[in-house]
This record gives sequence, C-alpha cells and structure tokens, in this order.
Amino acid sequence: MSETILELKGVEKYFGDFVAVERINLSVKDGEFFTLVGPSGSGKTTMIRMLVGMDKPSRGDILMSGERVNDVPANRRPTCMVFQSLALFPHKSVGENIEFPLKLRGEAKHNRKTRAIELLEQLHLSESYYSKKVSECSGGERQRVALARALAFDPQILFFDEPLSALDYRLRKTLEKELKDIQRRTGKTFVYITHSLEEAMVMSDRIAIMRKGRIVQVGTPDEIYNNPANGFVAQFMGEVNEFRVSRKDSQWLEDTETGAQYPAPPDSPVDEGVLIVRPERIRLLSADEKADSTFEGVVEHQYVLGSRVQYQVRVKERALLVETMIGQPFGVGDSVSLGWDADQSVLMSE
Amino acid sequence: MNAPGPSSLTQARIDDTGDAGTPPARERGLKALSTWARQPGFLLSLPALAVFIAGFIGPLALVVLYSVMPARSFGVDNLPTLENFVTIFQDSYYLSFAWSIGLALATTVILMLICWPVAYGLSRVFRRSMILTLLLVLPLFVSENVRLFGWVLTLLNHGILDGSLRTLFGWEVPELLYNVPVTILGMVYVYLPFMLFPMALGVSMIPESCREAAFDMGATRSQVFREVEIPLAMPGILIGALLTFVLVLGSISEAKILGGQSVIMIAHDIETAFTYAQNWPLGSALSTLLILLTGVLVIGLLSKLNLDKLLSRK
Repeated sequence: MSETILELKGVEKYFGDFVAVERINLSVKDGEFFTLVGPSGSGKTTMIRMLVGMDKPSRGDILMSGERVNDVPANRRPTCMVFQSLALFPHKSVGENIEFPLKLRGEAKHNRKTRAIELLEQLHLSESYYSKKVSECSGGERQRVALARALAFDPQILFFDEPLSALDYRLRKTLEKELKDIQRRTGKTFVYITHSLEEAMVMSDRIAIMRKGRIVQVGTPDEIYNNPANGFVAQFMGEVNEFRVSRKDSQWLEDTETGAQYPAPPDSPVDEGVLIVRPERIRLLSADEKADSTFEGVVEHQYVLGSRVQYQVRVKERALLVETMIGQPFGVGDSVSLGWDADQSVLMSE
Repeated sequence: MNAPGPSSLTQARIDDTGDAGTPPARERGLKALSTWARQPGFLLSLPALAVFIAGFIGPLALVVLYSVMPARSFGVDNLPTLENFVTIFQDSYYLSFAWSIGLALATTVILMLICWPVAYGLSRVFRRSMILTLLLVLPLFVSENVRLFGWVLTLLNHGILDGSLRTLFGWEVPELLYNVPVTILGMVYVYLPFMLFPMALGVSMIPESCREAAFDMGATRSQVFREVEIPLAMPGILIGALLTFVLVLGSISEAKILGGQSVIMIAHDIETAFTYAQNWPLGSALSTLLILLTGVLVIGLLSKLNLDKLLSRK
C-alpha cells in the first residue's frame, strides 16, 4: 500500500483548441481505491481514456509502475476498464463474456470455465448464470458480469467509468459496498470515475476532485469533507450556507452584505473570503443551549429527507439551511434560535 | 363489408370467453373462426391479401401445376406426371443449375470481401454520408442491361479500353469479353448495393464500446474482428449474402451480355423452354426447382435472424 503504481506528470489533452484536461499531476498507490470526481464536462472521461490507453495525452507523461506508457496501446497495458455501458458482448453468454480475456490469451477451455465459475461465485452469482444470455440478466447482474470479466483479465489497475450510474438507488448502494469489499479482498488498485461525491465517499481511500479539466483537490474523504479546498468542492458535496465575510478581529468575522457577525474558525489565516457552514453543522437550540454564535429566525420551509429533515430559516435578510434528525418539534412559521460553533465552519479565500 | 367498431370487437371478446355452457367442439371452432375473421386487422388486410393471392400465389400455383403436366402440353387438364423432372436430371440441365449456384456462390464471396471495408467506411468513417450513399445508389436508377452494355462498350475489342490503350501506348489488349471472369465481374458490379447496404447496417450495429472493451482486454486487431465485429455484424452480412445469392441465382443478363453465353444460367434455360422450345411444362419444372432451392435457403436463414430487431436498432 505504499508503492506508486500510477503517476501522471503534467498531463494535458487538447481536442483542437479545446482544452479537455490540463496540468494534471497525480499519483495513485498500489492497492488503493482512488476516485476521480467531477461534474459532466470536467474532463474525467478524457482522463480515464488516456489512462487505459484509448487516447494519448497531448503533453506530459503517464507512468505505470515507473514506466512511461504514453505510447502503449490499450491492448498492451496491464489495465482493464469497466465501461459505463458495461460493453458486455451481446452475442456471447455470461460465461463466454467472463472467459473472453482468458480466451484471448489462449487459455484452455477447461481452465477458463473453472475460473469463470470461481469469479461468478465471488460476485454472488450462482453457477447457473454461466450459460445464461446477457440479455436475460438484470441491471445489477450485468454489473457483476462486467466486473467478473474485468477481474478475469487480472489487471494491475482496474478502471471504472461510472458503471453504477444507470442503476436505481438501493442497488447502487449495495454494489458500492460490494465493490469496496472486492477491492479490499483482491488488493487490486481501483481507479473509479463518478459525478457523485457521495458515491466516491463511500468507496474511496482517496478522492481527486476535478473541475473544468483541472484537479481542484486530492485527499481522503475525511479531508475533503472537513477541509474543502474551495467553494466548489464544498458545494459539490451538497447544499451549503455561504457567507461573504471580512475579518473583524481574531475571533469574529463580519458579513460584508448584512453586517452580521460570525465566529471565526480557529487558526484560519484568511482575512477576507467565504465562510462555509454545512446545513448539518448548524444546530437548532433549545432555551438552555448555547453555541459560539446564536441567531433568531423563523422557519420558512421544511423538507423531509427521510431520516433527516431540512429547514429553511429566515434570519433577517438571509435564508439559512439547517439539517437535522427528523422528529423536531418545529414547523413552518415557528420561531427558532440556531447557531454553530466556530470549529464547525470553514473560511476560505476565493 | 361492415367495418367493426370498438363495440363489436368487445362483443366478440365477450362471446369468446364468456360462454357459461360448453357447446360442442365444432360449434366452438366456428365461433373462434368467426371471432378471428371479425378482427379489424384481418378485415383491413383483406384487399392486400386478395391482390397477393391473385397476383402472386396464383401464378406460382399455376407454375407448379404446369410442372407436372406432360411435356409440350399447353393445358392443365392432363394427368399429372413427373417426366419433366426426369428430363431435367437426364439432360444437361443440371449443368445450368451448377453454373448458377457456382456463380452465385463466387459472386457472394467476392462481394463479402469487397463490401466489408466499404461498409465499414460507410457506417463508421463517413457516417452514412448522403453524397456517398447517393453515388452508390444512383446506378440502380439505370436499367441493368444498359449498364451492362456500357461495360461491353468499354471492354470490347477496339472498344473504349482497348482502343484508348492502342492509340495512346500501342498496347494490345487480349479479348476481355465473353468468358466466366467477366461474367462474374458483371454480377459483382450489378449486385454490389444489395450486399453493401445490409452489411453497412450490420457494421453500424457493432457498439463502439464492445470494440473498445475487447481491445482493452488485450485483443489484437484480428481478434477484435473475429470475436466481436464479425459476429455482431452477422445479421447484416447474412441478409446481404442472401440477397446477392438469390439475385444471382435468378440472373440472366450478365451471362448473356457480358459472358456471351460462355456459360448458360438456369434462368436462361427457363426462358428458352418457355419461348423458343415452347415447352411450358419443362420451363415450369425448372422454375419450380429453382423456387424450391431459393425458398429453402431463404426460410432457413431468415428463421435464424430477427429482422425486427435488426431494423429497429438505430
């Protein structure tokens, strides 16, 4: 878990005048679950196509286990990708699909079948799937077949191009955990692309966040959640409260629009910028509770999110989002007091 | 004819399923038949069905009927006999069959080889460009015979090719017309679109991601071709092959005009039997055999293909 298996040095890709990705420096360690997250158009698909060898970088180097692989085509790289469309072969059975990479290598029929059934088992599919047609499989089963096929290839790095995006919520959640589990068991390096930071958080050891062809932040899920590098990263995770502020003193910040005062996060060197407070970090306070800052407001809207509930609270000119566990004794029109502690907010210069 | 409205359709359904008592089987059968016959789909297809029966099934039945009449008879009121079929196998007619089948096979194989790269380019590189497609289809608007005579003028001794080369370079070109290769050339030329377009459709059915996935898993170019492209394009290839094979099997002009009757095709024999030889029963017997051969091939292949699926994709 220490050796660098994949390294990008100043990688850039242009399509004509269009800059798809630029100045990418990145390294992935052996055995890591690494996820590239970004909205559509952020260049993550371009990235993965270069990494598997379907596109060449316009500049910079891609190194695998220390060797430059820029000019090595996809069929001679020790990598394999699970496509967004899965790209299962419709004319082959489930078993033949899984055996495909072994067949290419000229492996004997008997060994291929043994391995395919082994993989089916590993992915919780019974042996009867071996002779099924791909068209007879459900969405989740196809995912597993595609993964089994990629594992049969036995790549050093396994790439995933948003394979779960077409599935329904529950199945996606199940497969996310299964994928993480398989990664841990096989010890392989997984590089995953998704537009959902939530999905990335569940599975990844480390996450790189991309925006407009550049990497904005690389870090563990914890780091990204607690210390987003900028407003984009903070917002990418979900809705946040943003305040444009300037520093009043070492303890307090002043809202440049409303003049309200907020506690400054400790040890922040920033004097002017954006203060970010996540909705779940703001507390609704009962009469005897205190926070570093306290405001009085009126509930304007209430959105039930399942196990949690989100309130939109009007505090003077501002509408704040507050998220908390469901079952609070507040409703629309109620007066509430709310607040947060200084260390629950992030101040960043923009 | 009374067009049934929705109410009568509902009525028919109720009749069909709502019977409490069980009437005798014959009565039930009749009832089911009348229910079926009152369906709007059946009624609407009646005019087309009538035309089809009168214009297609009828003549076909007549041909089959004539094929079992005594040789050189002109009525269908004689006692049936198989003598025409015996004649076919005793005389050298099997040779014409052999030539037709052989040339059809050769043309189909050659067309497969020629059309694959073109189909590939048409559906992937040029993205079904209108101009290119038009250029390929345009010759179909000119009569086949006219186009073949164009070839004759080109290849003829002292024709366009020979004459030009002689005048410009003093080269002597050997006789190019009236042999088997030039017959095949004519067939390949005339039937090319019938192989090309189904094949291009087949090629366009190969998902790009499947190609890339195979490549990603270490397949070489030829492995991608064998394992992914050919099987996925197979429906298009088969339809193209079927069309060209059947068309060449029944063709006549190429062998006559370009081949100068260096080989006799079966269609030519049939034509001769009906016209010059005035032996309708023999011609009918030959036709029947040809239709049988074609029918078995077409039905055999089409039963393995899902045309709906092929044509509804993209």
